[in-house]
Amino acid sequence: MSEQPMVLAENVWKSFGSNVVLKGVDLRVEKGQVVVLLGPSGGGKSTILRCINHLEKIQGGRLSVDGTLVGYTERHGKLYEMTTKKVAKQRSAIGMVFQSFNLFPHFTTLENVTVAPIRVKKMNRAEAVEIGTKMLVRVGLADRADYYPAQLSGGQQQRVAIARALCMSPQLMLFDEPTSALDPELVAEVLDVMKELAKSGMTMVCVTHETGFAREVADLVAVLDGGVVIEYGPPSQVFDNPKDPRTAEFLSAVL
Amino acid sequence: MATTADTGKPPVAQRASRPPDITSVPVRHYGQWVFTVIIIYIGAAILFSLAKNANVQWDVVWAYLFKPLTLRGVVVTIELTVIAMIMGGIGGVVLAVMRLSSNPVLGAVAGFYIWFFRGTPVLVQILVWGYLGALYPTIFLGLPFMGVVFGSWETSAVIGAFAAACLGLGLNEAAYDAELVRAGIMSVSPGQSEAALSLGMPWGMSMYRVVLPQAMRIIIPPFGNNTISMLKTTSLVSVIGGNELLTRLETVWGQTFEIIPLLVVACIWYLALTTIFSIGQYYLEKHFGKGHSRKVEAGKKKKPKPAGLVATLETDASKLEQAASEIPEEHR
Repeated sequence: MSEQPMVLAENVWKSFGSNVVLKGVDLRVEKGQVVVLLGPSGGGKSTILRCINHLEKIQGGRLSVDGTLVGYTERHGKLYEMTTKKVAKQRSAIGMVFQSFNLFPHFTTLENVTVAPIRVKKMNRAEAVEIGTKMLVRVGLADRADYYPAQLSGGQQQRVAIARALCMSPQLMLFDEPTSALDPELVAEVLDVMKELAKSGMTMVCVTHETGFAREVADLVAVLDGGVVIEYGPPSQVFDNPKDPRTAEFLSAVL
Repeated sequence: MATTADTGKPPVAQRASRPPDITSVPVRHYGQWVFTVIIIYIGAAILFSLAKNANVQWDVVWAYLFKPLTLRGVVVTIELTVIAMIMGGIGGVVLAVMRLSSNPVLGAVAGFYIWFFRGTPVLVQILVWGYLGALYPTIFLGLPFMGVVFGSWETSAVIGAFAAACLGLGLNEAAYDAELVRAGIMSVSPGQSEAALSLGMPWGMSMYRVVLPQAMRIIIPPFGNNTISMLKTTSLVSVIGGNELLTRLETVWGQTFEIIPLLVVACIWYLALTTIFSIGQYYLEKHFGKGHSRKVEAGKKKKPKPAGLVATLETDASKLEQAASEIPEEHR
């Protein structure tokens, strides 16, 4: 493929103080692909996700989104830190969905999904409301536009959070354990939205323990343990024929 | 048990209709009754001693309660409170954001400000602003050390008693409000600013649009408390002739020696003002509590009773009672 990969991580290192969390992560996500990150807790899945939209700064290696380095500009072989303004612009093209939803509790559902288009993209209100309503229809919550997050169930909140990210028309969506905080009966409604999104051709990187979802939707599964990718391949290969014994051990614990 | 075992289902009784509400004899709180009688007795004694006390000079109280002189003082007290709290609120937000920003210089400046203004008594600060002319007889606008002067004025002409009072109260309040705002900001989950940042908001916007409005819910109750405190702290500026309520009454009793009745006038007005401000606080809290109740139907508003107001009134009333009981016996 001559096209740039959407996400390209090459030998990425990241530490918090003396705690080294990523020890040379390589990851390649092509446009339109869905990649699921699996692995034991503390393995670095969430950290690499947060590095992709520069919520965390990496200390070594290269990380780029759509051919552009994350958080840095390169001129004459030298790296220059991006201004916060440029970082914000870069982030606005990457949607992120959090485990704890993080909807803005002082805004209604509609205000939650329109605030970024209006304030960040400087879109006029009517246009933002139109897009916001369209996205709420897409996640099946158009009738909840005037509700506050506290009046919605966890599953509904997470769907609003997905709609909020989609309103910025991102080229890449990051999911950080989107169903881990949900009651079991609410998981499916969120996964359904994610499956629909994957079918529509969105490039997605998902940290999740939902192996069923990974099997059905993922193009590639990466297993992270101890800060490195220990297994990388199509779901059938990773799940049915793991090469690394640690993968087999982890899978037997979650399946 | 037998039924359960036989059918494998929990026993379900026939429920033809809802039984009548339980009628029972409530527990008698005899201690409460005795206490109520004692309180009424003591309260009546205090009220009677005040009402029948010739030293209070109720006719003088009534004469001064709505005099233009008193009312002008009340207006200045309100003006001082509002200006000082606006200065304090804005200054507090700026200082708190400076302290939490990643810029170490801004953080240090805010830290120094808070250290200095919290570390010296507000009465001393008011006096310093009031007597600034003795420290700096003239103020100039220009570049220090370079001899560039655009204009210079006499300090006493620029900073009068009212301006000095505003500076003294407002700058001090900002230091206290900064800590309050900082606590409010830190109470908002870091996930909120992360979500805002991930949507492409710059740090300042995420602060203004997402974090601060949520911090407000935490900040408003203590800020209202500070406002009520400020209403009474304004009386301190009588030391520099601030022309608020107490200053004006002081000048009267300086000539007529009607100290007690004029103090009663002051108490009545301060109580009335704190009551009005408490009502305002209740509505502010309601506004910033938006989205924090599951019970509210979308678009509908609930009508809870203003518990905060009642509590404030009660404490103020008990304070008055306490103050009254401290009046020596011979004056009753």
